[in-house]
Amino acid sequence: MVYNLTEMSKAIRKRSIDLAFSSGNNAAHLGPGLSLVEIFTALYGYVMKISNDMTNFEDRDRLILSKEHGVLSYYAALEYIELIGENDLDTFMKSHSEFLGHPVMNRAKGIEFTSGSLGMGLSLGIGVSIALKKKKSNSKVYVILGDGECNEGSIWESVMSASMQKLDNLVVIVDRNGYQLGGKIEETLDMGDLREKFKVFGWNSVQCDGHDVNDIISKIKSNQNSDKPFALIANTIKGKGVSFAENNIEWHHSVLTKNLYKQALQDIGVVYE
Amino acid sequence: MSSSKFSKEIKLFSRMGQRAVFGIEMLKYAEMNSDLMVLTADVSIPAGLDRFRKSYPNNYLDVGIAEQNMIGIAAGLSSEGFQVFTTTYAPFQTLRCLEQIRMDIGEMKNKVCMVGLSSGIVLGMIGTMHCSMEDISIIRSIPNITIVSPADSFELTKLLEASFNYPQSLYIRLTAGSPSPIVYREDYDFKIGKSNTLLNGTDVAIIGIGSILSECISAAKILEVQGISVEVINMHTINPLDNEKLNEIAREKKLLVTVEEHSIIGGLGGSIAEVFSSFKVRPPHLIMGLPHSYENSGIYEEMLKYYELDGESIARKIFDYLEE
Repeated sequence: MVYNLTEMSKAIRKRSIDLAFSSGNNAAHLGPGLSLVEIFTALYGYVMKISNDMTNFEDRDRLILSKEHGVLSYYAALEYIELIGENDLDTFMKSHSEFLGHPVMNRAKGIEFTSGSLGMGLSLGIGVSIALKKKKSNSKVYVILGDGECNEGSIWESVMSASMQKLDNLVVIVDRNGYQLGGKIEETLDMGDLREKFKVFGWNSVQCDGHDVNDIISKIKSNQNSDKPFALIANTIKGKGVSFAENNIEWHHSVLTKNLYKQALQDIGVVYE
Repeated sequence: MSSSKFSKEIKLFSRMGQRAVFGIEMLKYAEMNSDLMVLTADVSIPAGLDRFRKSYPNNYLDVGIAEQNMIGIAAGLSSEGFQVFTTTYAPFQTLRCLEQIRMDIGEMKNKVCMVGLSSGIVLGMIGTMHCSMEDISIIRSIPNITIVSPADSFELTKLLEASFNYPQSLYIRLTAGSPSPIVYREDYDFKIGKSNTLLNGTDVAIIGIGSILSECISAAKILEVQGISVEVINMHTINPLDNEKLNEIAREKKLLVTVEEHSIIGGLGGSIAEVFSSFKVRPPHLIMGLPHSYENSGIYEEMLKYYELDGESIARKIFDYLEE
């Protein structure tokens, strides 16, 4: 399937806002979802090997959303590529739903692992990467981390481990939006220069504009011949595209009222119907 | 295999202790199973894996002193179809990486066999930090993990054999040092979830777990001389318990005693009390174990006496209770 990536990212952003609105008074993680829209577009729309039967497709690339607060655009992207079905998200955040506020493992729908507690996804990714190398598979493992998530010590256990194991089939993308739940990262636990940190831990690491799909793709493709794991520090804006949510910590997790929903659609150039 | 062959092996296993037997047994399984992965967090030598890491480097991974990462990697490997064992000292195998165990193994049901080394108070001489009095209680509260503590080194070999075809994750709790007490002197049937009776008796049932069962047998022999007939049961699997056996004890015995080298909170005794509490007819239940406090540690045999978990103390407490 060849996707028009501009249309795809626009649709994922729109659908993320719809999902936030549909969650009603339960509130939703709008900010950390919107910073990931172009990253998911690049991965699912171009970079990754996927199939409409993920459970039986051994050669699939694996994506692990360790930063599970990106759930809105994650579900929206999986729906766009038709792994999540047409009506599946009608139950989003409702009782007994398969699709709650944090993703639950569901390989048929493209969700490799349950996430919800930060700092764990990269270790899972390392286990999968080692397994794929032992199976002589060419598949790759993509792990999406948040920059706030990098506060967790377990992240750095796994960062050291991945370079020690020479996992050249492992790609980490850090959604560097500069905020965590309580405020700015630099005022909470400053992560400093993440590109440099990964580099001194033995990774190839580069930065990109996390809202430029072509830049994300070209930086991932630039890492072809190396025995090191690859880290892409994607500079993003929390709440990207929605005027009142951009770089506003209140929109880490908040309720989207009808008026704000209309405003959000207007901000991204969609007419409210 | 002749019984004399077993008897020789059993003596050798006992001299080696449960930790070393674990490492040596895994050699056999690596030979048979290319999908086997044994992970450790910098404790290859205490886990008896020195030969394993040299003989089967492709089936072995030392992640360094990083237990959280070890559990994540184990679950990732398991999700791709590998048979995975992890091992380090019991407190670090359970508490240090508990949330990874909860999510990666409990919630997602990635099958991993976690081997906790030197649980209980056998390492008491190096301090409370290396003792493990809470592991059963804590792991038991996480769904989808079976807990087994073998009575001796020979039972460990039978448990490892059974673990490969067992459908869910295991926490294997190793106890005692080396040499370790021998509970089984000949071959027998072992099944995860099914208790074994070590001594028959009519008045009292003592249920034990792990190497402390050798003290339970000593206690039963002392009580026999005093005219009290004691059945000793090896409840090697705590979660799930052998409820059929518990029902039988409730109907037939006048006293149930549980003995464990673990806190009296939430371990073997606590688990059985949860089941016992709903029985309409049941005997009293004495829970013997480690107190719910951090006390002084020390030399294993001396500390067993201090905590009244040696055979003589167990017998005396049972005798006194029946005399009251």
